[in-house]
Amino acid sequence: MNVKYKFLNHTADAKFQAYGNSVEEAFRNAAEATANLMWSTKKVKPRIKRKVSITGKDREQLLVKFLEEILFLLDTDDFLLCSVKELSIKKEKADYALEAWFLGDRISDESEIFGSVKAVTYSEMIIEGNDHYLIQVVVDV
Amino acid sequence: MKLKQISEYIWEIPKQGDMNVPAIVYSSPSLLESMRKDLTLEQTKNMACLPGIQRAAYAMPDAHQGYGFPIGGVAAFDMENGVISPGGVGYDINCGVRLLRTEFFEKDIKKHKKALLDEMFARVPTGVGVGGSIHLSSKEIKQVCTKGAQWAVEKGFGREEDLERTEEGGCLKPASPANLSPRAMSRGSGQLGSLGSGNHFLEIQKVVTIYDRKTSEAFGIHSEGQILVMIHCGSRGLGHQVASDYIRLMENEIGTRGLPDRQLINAPLKSKLGRKYFESMNTAVNFAFANRQMIAHLVREAFQTITGTSEGMEQVYDVCHNVAKFENHKINGREAKLCVHRKGATRSFGPGHAEIPEAYRDVGQPVFIPGSMGTSSYVLAGTQKSEQLSFSSTAHGAGRVMSRRQALRSFRGEEIKRELETKGVDLRAKGWRCVAEEASQVYKDVDEVVKISDSLGIGKLVVKADPIAVIKG
Repeated sequence: MNVKYKFLNHTADAKFQAYGNSVEEAFRNAAEATANLMWSTKKVKPRIKRKVSITGKDREQLLVKFLEEILFLLDTDDFLLCSVKELSIKKEKADYALEAWFLGDRISDESEIFGSVKAVTYSEMIIEGNDHYLIQVVVDV
Repeated sequence: MKLKQISEYIWEIPKQGDMNVPAIVYSSPSLLESMRKDLTLEQTKNMACLPGIQRAAYAMPDAHQGYGFPIGGVAAFDMENGVISPGGVGYDINCGVRLLRTEFFEKDIKKHKKALLDEMFARVPTGVGVGGSIHLSSKEIKQVCTKGAQWAVEKGFGREEDLERTEEGGCLKPASPANLSPRAMSRGSGQLGSLGSGNHFLEIQKVVTIYDRKTSEAFGIHSEGQILVMIHCGSRGLGHQVASDYIRLMENEIGTRGLPDRQLINAPLKSKLGRKYFESMNTAVNFAFANRQMIAHLVREAFQTITGTSEGMEQVYDVCHNVAKFENHKINGREAKLCVHRKGATRSFGPGHAEIPEAYRDVGQPVFIPGSMGTSSYVLAGTQKSEQLSFSSTAHGAGRVMSRRQALRSFRGEEIKRELETKGVDLRAKGWRCVAEEASQVYKDVDEVVKISDSLGIGKLVVKADPIAVIKG
């Protein structure tokens, strides 16, 4: 699959669809889409990495918490995401658990940040698929 | 969706299906047209399905699609069966507007304008990933969240009289920072005193029209050409995290089954979790009050540096437009304590209300309705009529009609800046992209929004002001 994600029109906020041959790939692409609403991931070098470990009671909550991690690391660590590596999702008893590495860099004077995302919402959220996964997210900007 | 027109600007979605009350939309045919294009009306209907909702679910004239509640949604819940919903407040808790009046006139400012704008842009941290002017320890952040604007004034950011002229005196109680997650605290610790980004702005305006001189004079606005400064921002990352945290806590404890929209997750007002959300929301409210207090101080300092004086730069008022509060309202002729959610709506208490500062008690609470970049903003006064029509609420802004993506395709930041300059408006922004995204054409006609508010009597027109210098976040 060539297209990783696609931005869609949404009156007040930002909406995107991310795709993948697995749910993990779709999650990774959703993270890239979210970051690209704020900066160009292509312009960020993978200089440092941050471990992400989260749980969610369903896949929707897991996705919200996962994407929120990008906003959290930006606000608290000046971290700009470049790419997501080694992402795994496991079902553990009642919960879903996600582990991944965020690769990226700290904000510098050269960083160009052109947009903000305040929060990740459940509005119009879709996570579906078997062979090909589709994720749709609306974020509050 | 089928709407019943009640009068010129009042439309009803009659009670049907799971609705507990009808929904009332304050709009004109042209604004209604844009509401029909997205989920505004469905979301207004969804509010009416929540338990304990009183009288009606309301959509203000600037209402547009949100998540959970529409932006511009007002709903009040009774204490016994009602709920509190983070989706009914919004992620940017206590996003709001503060207005300073000055004794400067356009002619005094003209030669200083560019220097002033640069000075303000240098002093007020702006944009994404840009922190505040100070970094707070966790002890300090707890104090900010408990005391609100009072904390800032005690630290020397502003004047005691600013507090009297702030909704709730700049501090909502009870606020318990103990309920804040470490994540919320750490997101807030570096952001106090910063504008943020998106639709947030700092603007120098000139008064162009005074509609009601008695009221405007009570607000300290006496002449056409008088300079005002408007600040629009909220609780930054701290507030966003509080909303996200409590949406999740409610999902885990209460579950999402039966909700028409997962963003409408809520907790009973009587529950421990409902109470905890309220007290945590209040901490974010207080953080936002302190944030605007500090920015106002930085603005005064900029004026002092460039013009040599900040005398007469008094605060007119500071309003929240994303909040839930306990207020007394009349239900079936009886006074009742309700939890009023205003998401993208401004409180508009009328003359005589005890919550209004004494100086304004005869004329009503000041209400600020900012326009979009380059268009007029308005000062209104709250009315007694709004009590019956909208639980003392009115609009909060222009409301978007075009997506940011569409805006980026349609406009170029550089061109918009030039266009504004030909209209006498100078602009400073962190990047061109946010300028294009916030082009005035992407917003509803604010003139129409305030006209409806005035005609309905939920907020009375007092002053119209045009921007002369804008800082975009």
